[in-house]
Amino acid sequence: MSPLDTPKGPVSGTALGEDLIAEVLSAYPPKAAKKRAKHLSVARTAEGESTPGCGVKSNIKSIPGVMTIRGCAYAGSKGVVWGPVKDMVHISHGPVGCGHYSWAQRRNYYTGTTGIDRFVTMQITSDFQERDIVFGGDKKLGQMIDEIETLFPLNKGITVQSECPIGLIGDDIEGVSRKKKKEIGKTVVPVRCEGFRGVSQSLGHHIANDSIRDWVLKDGANAEGGTAYDVNVIGDYNIGGDAWASRRLLEEMGLRVVAVWSGDCTLAEIENAPKAKLNLIHCYRSMNYICRHMEETWGVPWMEFNFFGPTQIAKSLRAIAAQFDETIQAKAEEVIAKYQPMVDAVLAKYKPRLKGKTVMLYVGGLRPRHVATAYDDLGMEIIATGYEFAHGDDYKRTGPYVKDGTLIYDDVTGYELEHFIQKLRPDLVGSGIKEKYAIQKMGVPFRQMHSWDYSGPYHGYDGFAVFARDMDMAVNSPVWGLTRAPWAAAS
Amino acid sequence: MPQSAERTLDHATLFREPEYAAMFEAKRDAFECPHPPEKVQEIADWTKGWDYREKNFAREALTVNPAKACQPLGAVFAAAGFDGCLSMVHGSQGCVAYYRSHLARHFKEPSAAVSTSMTEDAAVFGGLNNLVEGLSNASALYDPKMIAVSTTCMAEVIGDDLNSFVIQAKEKNGFSKEFPVPFAHTPAFVGSHINGYDVMVKAIVSYFWTREEGDPTPDQSINIIPGFDGYAVANNRELKRMLDLMGVPHRLLSDVSDVYDTPTDGTYRMYAGGTTQDEIKAARHAKATLSLQQWCSEKTLEMIAGTGQQTQAFHYPMGVAGTDAFLMAVSEATGQPIPEALELERGRLVDAMTDSQSWLHGRTMAVFGDPDFVYGMTAFLLELGVEPVHCLSTNGGPAWEKKMKALLADSPFGTNTQVWPRKDLWHLRSLLATEPAEFVIGSSHGKFLQQDLGIPLIRLTFPIFDRHHHHRFPTLGYQGGLRVLVTLLDTVLDTLDRQTADTGISYDLTR
Repeated sequence: MSPLDTPKGPVSGTALGEDLIAEVLSAYPPKAAKKRAKHLSVARTAEGESTPGCGVKSNIKSIPGVMTIRGCAYAGSKGVVWGPVKDMVHISHGPVGCGHYSWAQRRNYYTGTTGIDRFVTMQITSDFQERDIVFGGDKKLGQMIDEIETLFPLNKGITVQSECPIGLIGDDIEGVSRKKKKEIGKTVVPVRCEGFRGVSQSLGHHIANDSIRDWVLKDGANAEGGTAYDVNVIGDYNIGGDAWASRRLLEEMGLRVVAVWSGDCTLAEIENAPKAKLNLIHCYRSMNYICRHMEETWGVPWMEFNFFGPTQIAKSLRAIAAQFDETIQAKAEEVIAKYQPMVDAVLAKYKPRLKGKTVMLYVGGLRPRHVATAYDDLGMEIIATGYEFAHGDDYKRTGPYVKDGTLIYDDVTGYELEHFIQKLRPDLVGSGIKEKYAIQKMGVPFRQMHSWDYSGPYHGYDGFAVFARDMDMAVNSPVWGLTRAPWAAAS
Repeated sequence: MPQSAERTLDHATLFREPEYAAMFEAKRDAFECPHPPEKVQEIADWTKGWDYREKNFAREALTVNPAKACQPLGAVFAAAGFDGCLSMVHGSQGCVAYYRSHLARHFKEPSAAVSTSMTEDAAVFGGLNNLVEGLSNASALYDPKMIAVSTTCMAEVIGDDLNSFVIQAKEKNGFSKEFPVPFAHTPAFVGSHINGYDVMVKAIVSYFWTREEGDPTPDQSINIIPGFDGYAVANNRELKRMLDLMGVPHRLLSDVSDVYDTPTDGTYRMYAGGTTQDEIKAARHAKATLSLQQWCSEKTLEMIAGTGQQTQAFHYPMGVAGTDAFLMAVSEATGQPIPEALELERGRLVDAMTDSQSWLHGRTMAVFGDPDFVYGMTAFLLELGVEPVHCLSTNGGPAWEKKMKALLADSPFGTNTQVWPRKDLWHLRSLLATEPAEFVIGSSHGKFLQQDLGIPLIRLTFPIFDRHHHHRFPTLGYQGGLRVLVTLLDTVLDTLDRQTADTGISYDLTR
C-alpha cells in the first residue's frame, strides 16, 4: 500500500501516538530503542494540571548512525547568534567547509554595503591546511586579522568562530584576540564553538552569548542614558525581515528599540543594550543566557513575547505595554485596532481554505511552540511537534501550546519523522531543507520553517499576512492533485 | 499601512515601502553608529581600483569567498552514486547536516547521509564506540547494501584509524564479513570536495576489486568516472545515451543521476539507481576507464592503471572538440565506430553555433569553478570566439595552470586570458573591477560579483542554489553543448535588451 492509500481518519490521539512510537522503536537495535524511547511521547494533561506535559527527555547526545537532523555548536554561534552582526567580520576559523556551507544561507537581512561596511553574506575563512593543523593556526589568525584590517578597514570588530580542529590542536585564540585587540583598537572576540562541543546547535548559542558577555559587554557596555521607553529585542535574527516587522510595531506603540540581537544588528547596538529598561526575548532558547546576565548585572528585567499570529501579537503587545505607562498602553491598543481590519481580511481570505487542516512541525528550539497559535489563528491543527535542540524548560513552555494527544518527538531521526508522516498524513509539514524534498515526494505539502522557505517576514502583523499566504499556497497548490498518474489511480 | 490581504507584500517588496525606508534610516542614525555615507562610498570606490587589487593579492593568510567546499562533501556525493549505498561520515554531526543541506539546496532533492555523532568524550577517547553504534543503528534503520565511511576533520585531527575501526565495528556488530563497508579518509584541511570524490570512488572500487580473484580478463566494455558534477543528473544520462548509440557496453563508477532525480508520486525513495556491486566487480574487466574530470579522479585512475587497465582523463569535455575527443577516445578504446546519429547531432550543434556566432564572437567573459569545469568551459568559449578574460579556480593548482595556459596558447581568442590558480572570489572581484569582462560564468556564489560590479552572471556549475532545475539539462555531449550555447546567448541577448530598452535604439525584434 502506498502512503497515499492510507485512509484518512482521526489523525491524532494518545492511543494512535503510542502505537506509532512503538512501531518506530521496534526498528532500532535494543540499546538504541531504549535511548530513543525517552525522546518520544504523547502530550497528556496529568491529574491536577491545567495544561499537557510533553514528557520527553531532551538536550541529550544524538545516537550515532540514525540521521539526526541536528547541527553543531559552530552552526549555533556563527550561523545563528554572531553571523547576523553586520558590521563585524566573522572568521570561520579552521578548514574551508563550515563557512562554505553556511555562507549566506540564513537570510538574516540587513541594510548597508556588503564587503565595505557590512559583512554578513561573506565567507571569510582561514582555510586551514595540513601545516596549520601540525604547527597551529595562531600565527595565521594574527596575520588574518591584519589583512582584514587592510582590506576591510570599516569593520567595527572581528569574531573568531572556532571550527572543530581549533580546540583539538590547542590553539590559543584568546591570546591572539587579546593581543590583536590592543594592536588594532577594535573588539576581537574569540568564540570556542567547535562543532564537537555539546550535543547540538544549542551549546553554540550559549557559548556565543557568553562570548558577548566576556568580550563585548565586560569592557564595552554602555548602561548610561537612554529614555524610559528603551527596550531591546533579543533573539530575533531578522530572517526574511522578521525583526523589521516586529520593530515597526514596537515603535508604533511608542517604544524605542535600542538593539535587536542579532538580526540587522551592529556592535554599537550590542554595547548600548544594557541601557534599556526591558529586554523582550523572542527566541528564548538561543538568547535567554544574555538576558539573565543583563538582569543580574544591570538590573534589566526581561520578558518573553511572541509575534507569530494575531492572537499572540495582541497578547504580547498588551503584556509589553503593561510594563510601561498608560500612554504606551493606550498606543498598544491603537496599534492592535489599526491592524485588526487587515488581520480580519487575511483570516476571511485564508481561514476557509485552511480550516481543519492538520500540521506537523519539527524545527529548532522555539518555533515548534511559538508558531502553534499562528496556525490556530488560521484554523489549522497541530497534531505533532518537536524540537531539534530544545531543553527541558522549552518542553515545559510547550505544554500550554499543545493539546492532549499531540505527538511529541525530540531530536527526531529521519526514520522516525518519515514514519510518523506516512502514518499521520498531515496536510502540512513545517521543518527544514533536509526534510523538505523527501516529504514532498510523499505527496505531503511542506514549508521550510527555518528559512521561511525563502519567504517572510512571518513576525508581526505584516508578517502574518505573508505566513497565511504561504501556508495556503503550500496546502492548496494544484500540484498535489497530480502526484499519481490517472491510469494508475484508475487501476 | 502597506500590507493587505488582497495584495500581500513579502520581503521582496514590503521593505521598499516608505514606512520601512524611514524606519531603516532612523535606526541607522540613532542606533547603528555607522560610518558616514561619504566614507563608505570612498572605501567602496577604492576597493574597485588597482591599489586595492595589489593589497588584495598580497594577502597570505586570509581567504574571502573561496569557490570550494571540503573533502567529505565530495565523498558523500560520490557514495550516493552507488546502489543502496549509505554514507556514514565519522566525526562531528554538524558536518553531515551541512553536506545534506548543501546538496539538497542545489538539486532540490533529499540527500541522505548519517553521522557517527562524535562529541567531546569521543575527542578524548576516540570514536570507535560511535562507529560501532553508528553501523548497528544505520543498518537496522536504513537497510543499506553498503555503508561508505568518510571522515570529518575532527576524526582526522584526533587520528582515528578507520581501517582498524571498521574491522572492529563489523566484528562487534556481528556483520557478515561480506557486508561492504569501504572507507576513505577525507580530511577537510587537505584539498577540496573534488579530492573527497576521488578517494571515495577509489575506496569503493578498490574494496570490491581487491576481493576478486584471478587476473582481470578485459572485455569490450568501458568504465566512466563522471567526477563531481552538479549537472550529473542530466549529464550522466546523456553520456549513457551516447554510449548506447555507439553500442559500447558501459558503466558509470558513481552514478547519481537517479538518486538526485526521484519522482514525486507519493513514495520517498531514499535509494534510487546507482552503480551496482555487480557492475563494480565487472568494471575490473573493462577495456578502459575514462574519467571526465582528471582532478576528481587522479588517485582512482592511478589505482585502476595499476591493475593493468587502460585509463584516460578529460577535463569536463564540453563543446564540439571536447565531445569529439571523448567520443574518439571511446571509439579507439573499444573499436566501435562513432555512429551517424551522433555525427548528425554534432552537425546540429555546429549549425546552431554558426547561426549565433556573431552574438558571441569577441565577447569577453570570466570563468570560475572547479579546475576541470573551468578548463572545459574555456575550451568551449574559445570555439565560440569568446575571449576569456580571467579563468580562476580556488581548488586549481599549478598543474591546472599549466594545462590552461597550453589550451589558451592554442587559440587566438586566448591570447589575453589570465589564469588564476588558488585564488578566491574576492580576488576575482578585484580582477573584474580593474580588468572587466562583460559576463561571468560560474556558480550561484558569483551573484555577489554581479551585485557589486553589475556584471551579469551565467550559472553553469555547482552549486546553483538560486535557480531551479538547470541540472536537469545536460551540459556535456553535443546536446549539452546546445544547452550551454543557449544559456550563454540568452544572457547576452537579455543584457542587450536591457541596455537598449531606454532609447529603443538597437532594441531589435529580430536578432
